[in-house]
Amino acid sequence: MNLHEYQAKELFEEYDLPVSRRAIISEKDQIQEALELINFNNGCVAKVQAHTGGRGKVGGVKICKTIEDVQQFVDQWLGKRIKTIQTDENGLPVNVISVEELTDVDKELYLSLVIDRGAKCVSIILSEAGGMNIEEVAEKTPEKILKAELNSNFKISSDQISLFARNLAFNKTQESEFKHIVENCCKIFKDKDLSLLEINPLVITKAGALHCLDAKLNIDENALFRQEQIAEKRDASQEDSREFEAKQNDLSYVALDGNIGCMVNGAGLAMGTMDTIKLYDGEPANFLDVGGTATKERVSSAFKLILSDKNVKGILVNIFGGIVRCDLIAEGIIEAIKEINVEIPIVVRLQGNQSNLGKKLLNESGLNVIGEDSLQLAAKKVVDLVK
Amino acid sequence: MSVLIDKNTKAIFQGFTGSQATMHAEQCINYGTNIVGGVTPGKGGIEHLNRPVFNSVKDACSETNANVSVIFVPARFTKAAIIEAAESGIKLIICITEGVPVIDMIEVINELKNYPEVRLVGPNCPGVITPGEAKLGIMPADIHMKGSVGIVSRSGTLTYEAVKQTTDAGIGQSSCIGIGGDPVNGTSFIDCLEMFEKDQQTESIVMVGEIGGTAEEEAAEFIKTNISKPVVSYIAGVTAPKGKRMGHAGAIISGGKGTAQDKFKALELAGVSVVTDLNLIGSRLKELL
Repeated sequence: MNLHEYQAKELFEEYDLPVSRRAIISEKDQIQEALELINFNNGCVAKVQAHTGGRGKVGGVKICKTIEDVQQFVDQWLGKRIKTIQTDENGLPVNVISVEELTDVDKELYLSLVIDRGAKCVSIILSEAGGMNIEEVAEKTPEKILKAELNSNFKISSDQISLFARNLAFNKTQESEFKHIVENCCKIFKDKDLSLLEINPLVITKAGALHCLDAKLNIDENALFRQEQIAEKRDASQEDSREFEAKQNDLSYVALDGNIGCMVNGAGLAMGTMDTIKLYDGEPANFLDVGGTATKERVSSAFKLILSDKNVKGILVNIFGGIVRCDLIAEGIIEAIKEINVEIPIVVRLQGNQSNLGKKLLNESGLNVIGEDSLQLAAKKVVDLVK
Repeated sequence: MSVLIDKNTKAIFQGFTGSQATMHAEQCINYGTNIVGGVTPGKGGIEHLNRPVFNSVKDACSETNANVSVIFVPARFTKAAIIEAAESGIKLIICITEGVPVIDMIEVINELKNYPEVRLVGPNCPGVITPGEAKLGIMPADIHMKGSVGIVSRSGTLTYEAVKQTTDAGIGQSSCIGIGGDPVNGTSFIDCLEMFEKDQQTESIVMVGEIGGTAEEEAAEFIKTNISKPVVSYIAGVTAPKGKRMGHAGAIISGGKGTAQDKFKALELAGVSVVTDLNLIGSRLKELL
């Protein structure tokens, strides 16, 4: 789950991290009020709040010198959608704009904490090349990337902090500010079950102070049960509505561009099924994992979800029965198809326990359903049917 | 011979009396696995599936001499359950539970450093099976056949595909290990490859990976110098878009890293026979043998 920048900065403030004073505009008549909350003497930075990077490049971050500038920015963005290199062609809705006090930037740095899968710990990544795409920096100038692992208490040693500070030529005051920032980032990461904390850029101001100019936080979905405060901040408008609905129904769904809907049990097999369709010259319309037990209820809601995508011209159901008997799954599929009246062709591949019986039930159902027991044949069949 | 579990394995289930654990424990017992009891705090003293229930893993171990535990407790209690098993003398912990917070898993991994003799498989995995000897997990028994290929996989139902195909091809399996699809887990591909290389019953290896992380690339490096047996590999997720989590917490292409193509390339360079068609795992393996 992602937070908006302003939400992340609120959290940063709770941990005494230096962020700019700011105010939020979610209605057009709030501009005056918002600007009174900040020191607007020299202007402000207006920032579109949306779950995407690359906002600046499309005009979603702008320095405003006058109230009229702010007015214009709000008119331009509020209630509209923002498209960046990271969003799809529809972009994301802009429901909130943040106005921040200006910061005189001398130098931009990069700081992040990430889950380090290889080392099975949290690692901290630091770079003198702030404000840029860090993946590009890592590729083109790897020497500019500094890295260290947090210890088993999710802390970083003073020696490591000093080493970082020397590398970045901090003075004594900056080093102690840096220590404070890093230590508290480590704390937030652990306390709030983050999977990513990124400050890009972390800046040195003209006055020489360290300051968090941006803030990006991702939260581990698996930990939301104990992060109620954060879970409440979820902004469903920033998520694909179908993906969000799927989550509510305990299904895992990702929309794609093709015309063959997929329903599979198990995430790995769901990817494998998409790949197989592609291999046989079809285009998958989605990733969908119905979970280990494909009950009638789950299959029904999965069909509804797939059919909400109007591009879908045929459906491939791939269930590896496993412990659950395939004839029972077949009955569930038949009932679900009848209940929601699916009209496009459906190819069902059932494998595992009692798959022959399941296939027979499907083929004799009188519905527009074809039962297969090999994925290869099922994939070829559905690709043919949508042509 | 086989790896991790065999007919001498004595296993308990943690979260024994829950509905999922009960169903799967029954299947494991029917397979002939030696399940000696289980743990459900507060229910110690009763019998379940004709086996004793204990309040703690420690009690279970001292009464039954169990050496393996299968974990079925809810995600929020999984960290404590794994650590309890390690502290109580369990040597192999198979964690089926999915949805465990990553921070918890990092803490588990750190804690397990104090118990170097303990191996964790999972979490979020289908478990381990040695066909004909013991099954500890949620995999369907009847697709397996005692044989010579060692299978290791990050995904449950994809493992079943590989198993089914190698059974249909008449090869059969020595042992199958599901290591799970989470970003931070216990046993790695490399651990399994090493075990399969040493195991006499295992004559070939199937490795099933998926997008995300660099575990397959690291495995490829390892295979280059350490594995003499033929390896067939399939990687799921060629069609997966960047930045989207494909079901498993670990299956996400982030920052352009961890794509299926990267992994195919690394594995091919290591001399692994890579199949891009999931349906060809069994037939490719047969060609190699």
